[in-house]
Amino acid sequence: MVPLAHILALSVILFGLGVAGFIVRRNIITIFMCIELMLNAVNLAFIGFARYLGNLDGQIFVFFVIVVAAAEAAVGLAIIIAVQRNRESLSIDDLDSMKL
Amino acid sequence: MAYALLLILAKVVVVLIVLMTTVAYAVWLERKVVARIQSRWGPYLVGPHGLLQPVADGLKIFFKEDFVPSEVDRVVFWLAPFLAFSLALLSIAVIPFGESITIAGETIRFQIADLNVGLLFILAVTSLGVYGVALAGWSSNSKYPLLGGLRSSAQMISYELSLGLGLMGVVMLTSTLSLREIVEGQRDLWNIIRQPVGFLIYFTAAVAETNRVPFDLPEGESELVGGFHTEYSSLKFAMFFMAEYANIVTVSCLATLMFFGGWLGPIFGPPLLRALLPVFWFCLKVFCFLFVYIWIRGTLPRFRYDQLMAFGWKFLLPVGLLNVMITGLILALRSS
Amino acid sequence: MVALFYIFAAVAILAGLSVVLLRTPVYSALSLIVVLCSLAVVYLLLGAEFLAVVQVIVYAGAIMVLFVLVIMLLNAHREEPTDRSRLARILGAPLLVVFLGEVLYAIWRQFPPEQTTAAPPADAGPRAIGELLFRNYVLPFELTSILILVAVLGAVVLAKKQI
Repeated sequence: MVPLAHILALSVILFGLGVAGFIVRRNIITIFMCIELMLNAVNLAFIGFARYLGNLDGQIFVFFVIVVAAAEAAVGLAIIIAVQRNRESLSIDDLDSMKL
Repeated sequence: MAYALLLILAKVVVVLIVLMTTVAYAVWLERKVVARIQSRWGPYLVGPHGLLQPVADGLKIFFKEDFVPSEVDRVVFWLAPFLAFSLALLSIAVIPFGESITIAGETIRFQIADLNVGLLFILAVTSLGVYGVALAGWSSNSKYPLLGGLRSSAQMISYELSLGLGLMGVVMLTSTLSLREIVEGQRDLWNIIRQPVGFLIYFTAAVAETNRVPFDLPEGESELVGGFHTEYSSLKFAMFFMAEYANIVTVSCLATLMFFGGWLGPIFGPPLLRALLPVFWFCLKVFCFLFVYIWIRGTLPRFRYDQLMAFGWKFLLPVGLLNVMITGLILALRSS
Repeated sequence: MVALFYIFAAVAILAGLSVVLLRTPVYSALSLIVVLCSLAVVYLLLGAEFLAVVQVIVYAGAIMVLFVLVIMLLNAHREEPTDRSRLARILGAPLLVVFLGEVLYAIWRQFPPEQTTAAPPADAGPRAIGELLFRNYVLPFELTSILILVAVLGAVVLAKKQI
């Protein structure tokens, strides 16, 4: 059986990649996809623990995380469409009208 | 271990060969039946009654010039038909064709993989099938394929919901997601009698999912040139074509398993006949569904796109939900 | 069986790198789909069969379709590399590696691979999850259905051309 440490290591690496992408990328949609990557890393950690503690509550939590991610993706993409319609640009460098 | 792997490999090869032949002859059947509905002959010259027409068509498509327009996104352009084709073939893996037979003390099931979430596996593969269409439309870098691709993917994800809801009634009655157990639960009464509304919802949604008439506006020949597969030629086009028919076979198999008793039917005769008769009944029922698909194609006109989407969201989905609620209510009252 | 975990973990990490590094949004989306499907296989290996299929149906088959459709609709082009901060570019990758190394070290200390043994696999089929969901967690379940309703309404209002 796979050691818990290895599962958590995979989860941490994916989360780190998500954070890195979130900070580095300029396109809003790609940033959003990095957020989804982070959520998936967390899901993996939950399922790993659910396996090792023999408790199904971890899986229920993953279920709710997936549902919330779906709702968030729907609203987030609608916002992105609205932003594109107003600013004609998908780069977050152009969303700086509130800067001092 | 090696023996089990070899057995699975043998099953896969047999099922693939049968599926490919079925797909090829489904095309022949369609051309013949639609022709007869339109008072003409259909393929007649190649082989007796045009039976070798699929072979001729296959050779023709194989030797056609493979034309790739200059501005396409090459990676995705190549990826899309392979994706569509492989996903269409994937769902056959969990479909049971008959009872298990015993050869030399070994029980062999007529099924490649008996998952206990087999139904969800088929729904998952159907969900992923949207990508083949959407990516094909986008990578072609041209307006008709893009429009066709977007419309088609929007249609497919809209009708996926109703597809699942039509099946949920049966799942509630049998309280299992394994396809084999669902068929076993129909030994006394077929599910079509217990869930008629569910079947109608499922079948309508299945016709819409596979982009068939009357829901085939996204690839309608007269509206959008070829829809999402306009820019494809030769082998890649053949893959889309075969993927569409393989999807039709899959949803027909699912309909027989869930609503019409799968392989259940009168069993008689010597042991060899007893082993093969369930498979025969299964194939007969799937053939009837294929015929109904082609019959509908030859008869009904096409929905307009907004009518199509309105039908899916405003009629089919509420009826599906109502079906699930009423089934739940009846089950709760029965068990109290 | 255990080797499958490492194979799909490697696939997931490679695809995750592609999501972050590739410049075309469509390729990033396709890589994310690969990540989701390989994670679904990992869930299967960890005994979460229902969740693996739900992950493919909902996450890879619906949410990512939404992403791909929006990318196509908005015609997102290749991203040009910006020249914002040289400091970030020099320090970024090493700092990330250091951060990850720290967390991994902490995990290794807390859950040493040799000592942590798995509990016997609980029955994680749809029936078990359904019972938990509708008995202990029925309130969050109902709340998430309201959440989805709000999300649908919000998405429609936000994306309309005129309210």
